[in-house]
Amino acid sequence: MNLEKKRERLTLLLRIDGELDMHTASDLRQAIDSEIEKRGIRTVILNLQDVQFVDSSGLGVILGRYKKLLPLGGKLKITNVPPHIYKIMELSGLPKIISFYVDEAHAYEEGRGA
Amino acid sequence: MKSNQITLTFSSIAENVSIARLLIASIGGQLDLSLNDIEELKVAVSEAVSNAIIHGYQSVPNNIVYLDLEIADDTLIIVVKDEGCGISNVEQAMQPAYSTDPERMGLGFVFMQSFMDELQVESKLEVGTTVTMKKRFKQTPISSH
Repeated sequence: MNLEKKRERLTLLLRIDGELDMHTASDLRQAIDSEIEKRGIRTVILNLQDVQFVDSSGLGVILGRYKKLLPLGGKLKITNVPPHIYKIMELSGLPKIISFYVDEAHAYEEGRGA
Repeated sequence: MKSNQITLTFSSIAENVSIARLLIASIGGQLDLSLNDIEELKVAVSEAVSNAIIHGYQSVPNNIVYLDLEIADDTLIIVVKDEGCGISNVEQAMQPAYSTDPERMGLGFVFMQSFMDELQVESKLEVGTTVTMKKRFKQTPISSH
């Protein structure tokens, strides 16, 4: 799994490339948690365009970061989800909890200046 | 009639979960399953193998996970076995959202159940757990031309 990071003030954009399973999930968790704790990141945008696989371990880390950001007044946003990944997410109920956007621009747009 | 059998044994480390998925994806390809079916098989195998490593062996490496694939007639049978700690209450473990770990969603068995035609879990404390999953596929019909 490869992570491309972009920071803009308190917003972190992560473009994830690869498979999200129990092996890679812990790397993703550490990457996001250290940004929240050390840099005060409060909005995390995950671009899943290049994610080829996700299972409950991957979904668990995403939900876990949402739960971590919530009491901090933060937000987790997901963009560019490939259809086969969305199907798995839908079955887990994740889209009922977390906001999904078609692309990064829409994710940045929502909540800006508010 | 198709018939085939493959057994893979591997160390209980996270890196091996993707190897188990590769194997099931190759078999799915041979059976002319749709890409969607293959995706679902990959998730089901990933969940069963992850459970064996995380729960069966409590993430301790140097244990062995057994993945057994069998094709008999129109059924693909996947058996994932560990010789780990076992599950004290299988019925409870299979409930949606049940998890012993707050970082996990408790969806492993839900995915296995949703994506497979049959799911059977046998477990004995301190002996291990065997998950048997079955998926039926359409056989290529014999040409009637």
